[in-house]
Amino acid sequence: MMHWIIAPVVLPAILAPFIVLAARYHFGIQRVVSVAGVVAMIAIAAGLAWQASDGTIMLYQLGDWAAPFGIVVVGDRLSTLMVLLTAVLALFVLLYAIGSKWDERGWHFHALFQFQLMGIMGAFLTGDLFNLFVFFEVLLIASYGLMIHAGGNVRLRAGVQYVLFNLIGSTLFLFALGAIYAQTGTLNMADLAQRVALIDPADTVGIRVAAVLLLMVFAIKAALVPLHFWLPSSYAEAPAPVAALFAIMTKVGAYAIIRVYTLIFSPDAAATSGLFDVWLLPAALVSLAVGMMGVLAAKKLDRLVAFSVIGSMGMVMVALSMFTPASISAALYYIIHSTFAAAALFLISDLVRSGRANLKLTAMAPISGAALTSGMFFVAAIAMTGLPPLSGFLGKLMILQAGFDTNMATWIWAVILCSSLISIVGFARAGSTLFWKAKSIEPDEETVPEPAPAALSYVAIGGLLTLLVAHTIFAGAAYSYAERTAAQLFAPLPYVSTVLDTPGKLSTPSKETY
Amino acid sequence: MGLELLVASAIGILTAAGMYLVLRLRTFPVIMGISLLTYAVNVFLFASGRLTVSAPPILTDATTYADPLPQALVLTAIVISFGMTAVVVMIALGAYLGANDDEVNDPVTDPDDAVEKAT
Repeated sequence: MMHWIIAPVVLPAILAPFIVLAARYHFGIQRVVSVAGVVAMIAIAAGLAWQASDGTIMLYQLGDWAAPFGIVVVGDRLSTLMVLLTAVLALFVLLYAIGSKWDERGWHFHALFQFQLMGIMGAFLTGDLFNLFVFFEVLLIASYGLMIHAGGNVRLRAGVQYVLFNLIGSTLFLFALGAIYAQTGTLNMADLAQRVALIDPADTVGIRVAAVLLLMVFAIKAALVPLHFWLPSSYAEAPAPVAALFAIMTKVGAYAIIRVYTLIFSPDAAATSGLFDVWLLPAALVSLAVGMMGVLAAKKLDRLVAFSVIGSMGMVMVALSMFTPASISAALYYIIHSTFAAAALFLISDLVRSGRANLKLTAMAPISGAALTSGMFFVAAIAMTGLPPLSGFLGKLMILQAGFDTNMATWIWAVILCSSLISIVGFARAGSTLFWKAKSIEPDEETVPEPAPAALSYVAIGGLLTLLVAHTIFAGAAYSYAERTAAQLFAPLPYVSTVLDTPGKLSTPSKETY
Repeated sequence: MGLELLVASAIGILTAAGMYLVLRLRTFPVIMGISLLTYAVNVFLFASGRLTVSAPPILTDATTYADPLPQALVLTAIVISFGMTAVVVMIALGAYLGANDDEVNDPVTDPDDAVEKAT
């Protein structure tokens, strides 16, 4: 049995206590350990993704206990892809946090960062619903600490809202798990896939309630309107590198929806029919519209970026809710794009913030390093709004194409195209006010100009933008990989048989125990 | 039958009281409400393995037994919810002591505007 697949969870779990215990007062050592850990994680994640790329499903039984009794970690194309995406994002976010010295403004940034990575990786890799809950809690409790990193009254209040909202989400998650267990007697995803299919169609009340509750929990994570109210304040007030890392957190919700509703509740199951086309698709279209209108209405740059995250998650959810192989592939392509674009925008807004009194969209004297910062904002805004030539345009095109054959095509096309136009106006207005109008304002002679941001900050953002360009240039390869991933998701039989038929301790349970 | 009714109504009352408190405006009642909700969900999880009286929670030769898995799940859930409640109490206390205000909602005036008016 290969042990590497558990490494993305174990590695940060070892590094974080090491940073707290051994390097508490040495930012230099913390930074070296943290960056080295993330680089090693990228190498491991790339190895795992390469192994899974031929369609292999990797299984790791903790303590050699066979599923469904033991805990399993499963790596297929989708989960290894998400692990790799997280690791790459984490490296650039970490570089920015070091370059901008955000990590020195409070305690335990690097330790919490590693715990956050542990939770995210675990959520992507686990093959068990209860462990999905546990890893959600791990990533959440680390995110609570990161969210209020460096303190301040406004940030603490936003943190309270964020924590309270997520606690309610966790409670709902437990209710859903209890309902599923009461109906099926298992929480292993592969085992559930078999047992949910066996439920008598006349007796699906419990499992339908559980399916809707689970969808609500994941929709809270994915910030789907009307469950998005936690996002604007917390993302806008969180420290910029943390907000950039949180760009992957909404995708955890999207990942969980893809995983649970392809594997456990198959798309053509009678129990969950109508859940997607009747409920999720309109909600997704509304969140796309609300997010992009928020971009236009925002009075501050950080809020603008936060609303663009809601809008882009709405776009992902529109693609998901069509639930065809083509639309899931488009969603996967767009998830990668929007993670990098949102992270880059959060980091850029911090560059702007470092040269101004606040982030309000009013003309103020030019910030130091404005030329490079504004150029990066231009590129990231093009990517986020989905203008050619960057990957946002291609992703949107794929989603539009996937939506062409559905009976909601008119709505999908109308909302996507109109909201794109609105977001373009919003970003163009913000950019011209922040960078262009600033030239007409004479800098106050008494104030000492802020020093230009560190080169490492620019390297981090430049890296993210380069990845966006690469995602555009190699769009063909990326899309065909997303198609193969979607094909694997829509044929879950190998996943189920790998998890349940691999021998281990207790692998032949006596049937009468149920 | 009486046992099921008692447990089900206890979960219902706890959830209803929790929901009411969660919708309040200040942090303290909201945290109390979340605590009540977690109590409700703990009992609910416990009951998801069916309610059995005086049966061993292990697989022996006995014909009736209590499902041990929900008990393990409840233990995990209790520990997690306890830790989370402690965290939210600390953060809420920090926000209250810093701003001298424990409203959950965002303030009506933007803090950046307040700074400008003061100067």
